[in-house]
Amino acid sequence: MPALPFPAETPLTWYLVLSAILFALGVAGFLFRRNIITVFISIELMLNAVNLSFVSFSYKLKQNDGHIFSFFVMVVAAAEAAVGLAIILTVFKNRQTLEIDEVSSLKD
Amino acid sequence: MNSILFLILAAIAVGCGINVVLQTHPISSALSLVGVMGALAVFYLQLGGEFIAAAQLIVYAGAVMVLFVFVIMLLGAGKERKTKPRIWVRWAGPPLLIFFVGAVAYVLETGLPPSAPVRFGGFDGGTVEAIGARLFTEYLLPFEVTSLLILIAIAGAIVLARKEID
Repeated sequence: MPALPFPAETPLTWYLVLSAILFALGVAGFLFRRNIITVFISIELMLNAVNLSFVSFSYKLKQNDGHIFSFFVMVVAAAEAAVGLAIILTVFKNRQTLEIDEVSSLKD
Repeated sequence: MNSILFLILAAIAVGCGINVVLQTHPISSALSLVGVMGALAVFYLQLGGEFIAAAQLIVYAGAVMVLFVFVIMLLGAGKERKTKPRIWVRWAGPPLLIFFVGAVAYVLETGLPPSAPVRFGGFDGGTVEAIGARLFTEYLLPFEVTSLLILIAIAGAIVLARKEID
């Protein structure tokens, strides 16, 4: 077995850095995409990234509070998805568009 | 060979995450997000979160994403029109995000006290039994409030999706 260029056991920081990378990708999607649904999907990606952080710290501290918090995050995300998708449906019914730039009544 | 498994899954998660951002069709983004969620479920399992891993697959990858795919199909969402984001977003966004990831990695490497590497089975507080015991004693009030939140969300979704707003 040849020696690996990285540690054989996973350091905890790798999980946290992965969580940061996924969160940054979610922010990027949120900033750069122009489709309402894709923006919404990016928000879900950010929530997932934060959940990974919760569970990693839970492992480090040997307490399951992090698991319970990520459980609550999941529940809130499910409720948010239900309401958000209903809003998207209503927007589409009233405007026939999914572009966020065309839905700017509150801004103007 | 924990870290090889980690690297493979991390590659899947980051690849699918990049795909979420880059795909122009919402359905491709949604299906890539399912990939991210599946990889994350395995990470939770590695970290001892059996209950969270199962909930991730059932609630997120199952219920929430089916809802997304359902709405995308219902609306017949097509390819996104190519529009340039605002100038400051285009120029300041990517460097700021890379800086964010770099800063987090730096702080974690220097600030976090050194700890033992993650070992499968190193933490057994994530079983359904352990989570349930705390959820129904210490976290009982938040849990009940959550049920109220879901009730309100259901009512809100029904009202929003049914009525035409002039």
